[in-house]
Amino acid sequence: MKVLVAVKRVIDYNVKVRVKADQSDVDLANVKMALNPFCEIAVEEAVRLKEKGIAEEVVVVSIGPKAVQEQLRTALALGADRAIQVETDELPDSLAVAKLLKGVVEKEQPQLVILGKQAIDSDNNQTGQMLGALTGMPQGTFASKVDVADGSVNVTREVDGGLQTVKLQLPAIVTTDLRLNEPRYASLPNIMKAKKKPLDVTTPDELGVNVTRTVKLLKVEPPAERSAGIKVADVVELVEKLQNEAKVI
Amino acid sequence: MSILVIAEHDNAQLNGATLKTLAAAKQIGGDIHVLVAGEGCQAVADEVAKADGVSKVLLADNAAYGHFLAENLGQLVADLGKDYGHILAPATTTGKNFMPRVAALLDVAQISDIIAVESADTFKRPIYAGNAIATVQSEDAIKVITVRATAFDAVAAEGGNGSVETIDNVVNNDKAAFVGEELAQSERPDLTAARVVISGGRGMQNGENFHLLEKVADKLGAAVGASRAAVDAGFVPNDMQVGQTGKIVAPELYIAVGISGAIQHLAGMKDSKVIVAINKDEEAPIFQVADYGLVADLFDVLPELEQKL
Repeated sequence: MKVLVAVKRVIDYNVKVRVKADQSDVDLANVKMALNPFCEIAVEEAVRLKEKGIAEEVVVVSIGPKAVQEQLRTALALGADRAIQVETDELPDSLAVAKLLKGVVEKEQPQLVILGKQAIDSDNNQTGQMLGALTGMPQGTFASKVDVADGSVNVTREVDGGLQTVKLQLPAIVTTDLRLNEPRYASLPNIMKAKKKPLDVTTPDELGVNVTRTVKLLKVEPPAERSAGIKVADVVELVEKLQNEAKVI
Repeated sequence: MSILVIAEHDNAQLNGATLKTLAAAKQIGGDIHVLVAGEGCQAVADEVAKADGVSKVLLADNAAYGHFLAENLGQLVADLGKDYGHILAPATTTGKNFMPRVAALLDVAQISDIIAVESADTFKRPIYAGNAIATVQSEDAIKVITVRATAFDAVAAEGGNGSVETIDNVVNNDKAAFVGEELAQSERPDLTAARVVISGGRGMQNGENFHLLEKVADKLGAAVGASRAAVDAGFVPNDMQVGQTGKIVAPELYIAVGISGAIQHLAGMKDSKVIVAINKDEEAPIFQVADYGLVADLFDVLPELEQKL
């Protein structure tokens, strides 16, 4: 079967985010960018399915300007076979991304689509579910275990109360949680090989999708800062402060 | 235009996050209806009908909704939601699962995890793990919104007088089926609703040492949480994780034990009223957000703390 993995280029998770002085957005100039950590887990899961002989081909797709090719090459170095860039300089919202991915799904006809559960920049947690609704596919979100067998997939999901398992008919959508797997590092030979793997470019126009946003970003502010408090010398002082000063116990 | 709030529950009891979502709905303003979809959940409908501000409860009681599968719930809510101006659900794992399907079926954007209502179309929400707060304005005819419950004060659970109307819409998508679940059983309060939370990190060294936290938790009536590092290391299960991708908590008192304070953890607890940090590394970033810091070995501190409380 064919597996499609959607990936996003985001700010590296180690970088401290700063808001622009004019409050128009966060400042991404000269900031290190990387593959979204949840997307990396999605690529890893697809590559493992291929290594187990369950998947024949792993296709990665990303939406954005030319720079996203860097993340597509990373995914190819991790073991994906082929990449697709949907080129746009706009920042499409999750619904537009889901519509673009639907276009790719119709062309590629994958049996499984794996996405990260959320991107660490917008923290939306929407795209996989929206793609499910648009394509009519069932979904297993926040996955910590994925078992493919006989035309269906069992997905164990991390939910507030613990774990839930659902059985989905293929084709289906899976979104990854942190504990699904531990992504490998790309080896140097694989990075070199990735440069020669095919990367096709398409556009929202070719897929017939309008990427205009319906939600406007009015302002971005830093959060209210918490200032550091005091150090206490020992447990006795801590308990005394919590009882008499903070009055919380 | 009316507002439709989707109740979160376990078929027996209403989840407290619903009352907080109702508070967000009241701030938006308008007639508030609540959908209770589940199996054998009449009691939940009766319960939420009494909540402050609820004018009508729609009860969809059918086996198809018993496990809140997104394929069924998403379609039901989209069908019902066409006639509303706003559709709100708590940003729990259930809300996060089905609400984007609702938005896509209605061909509108979703606004995730709002922490403030500025007006009927303008909201604040955290981005970049809470390191920035965005103010966003929606031009969509129907606003599909998930609500960060900790950012709103619950409406009164009693005093309202909503009617309960049974609806017989059944959506049963056979492409997805519930197989099973492993739910944590605990005598302690729920993490997201507890007045006091005590969490352990990698410094706890193993899962058995969490008993030291539990003893203190029992004295304080606290819930026990964990950092991602502790969950990833296999010390404790995932439902205890506090952070950007785990649970968001904002208790009166948060005690972080052996937690260094990565950005991703702070995102889940920095709105707590009082924060205590116990860590032997005085350079740990957790001390920068703590009201009271104690630089000491947690294995000395925890038994003493249990004794002094």
